Amino acid sequence: MARIAGVDIPRNKRGVISLTYIYGIGRSTAAQILDEAGVDQSVKVEQWNDDQLTAIRNIINEKYKVEGSLRSEVQMNIKRLMDIGCYRGIRHRIGLPLRGQKTKNNARTRKGKKKTVANKKKATK
Amino acid sequence: MSRSLKKGPFISVKLEKKILAMAASNKKSVVKTWSRASMISPEFVGHTVAVHNGNKFIPVYITENMVGHKLGEFAPTRIFRGHAGKKDKAKK
Repeated sequence: MARIAGVDIPRNKRGVISLTYIYGIGRSTAAQILDEAGVDQSVKVEQWNDDQLTAIRNIINEKYKVEGSLRSEVQMNIKRLMDIGCYRGIRHRIGLPLRGQKTKNNARTRKGKKKTVANKKKATK
Repeated sequence: MSRSLKKGPFISVKLEKKILAMAASNKKSVVKTWSRASMISPEFVGHTVAVHNGNKFIPVYITENMVGHKLGEFAPTRIFRGHAGKKDKAKK
């Protein structure tokens, strides 16, 4: 079992891919980490030896903010925006997009699932 | 696109002069401004600026967290009071 930065246990995949299962590590950071640890990117996690594993673990511990601490940092940033009452903070509060997108239609990622409003009856001829 | 670093942040010259004068003489009074695009610099902290929103002036008390934002971000130009028939969720 390969356990890095808390809970993550991806195993039968290539190193680069596997590391991206950690929150805060994507393809490019994963590649950088492996390069620094001197591990070939295409070697699968199950074939890492203990030295390589600890090296990778140390690099992540020292240089990267991942998982819980990263999540809380993001939340803190959002909270700061909401507390100072700026435009982006207000948009966060009411759950609408922050970056000037239109909200006449779409914007479903921020607004959540469609809430249908009963529409007016069509005038019959 | 972000602004060239060479230029430094944009602060309306008149506004900056007023604030600095106030900071120098330790006075605190509300400064009216139309300059929504001005960046809030650290000297502004603790002062109150009345920012125009196109209709009237919104008093904004500047705190430390606001440094680096623009004045206009704190004076919304639109009012949305919710759709008809939607009772909850319309809190502010």
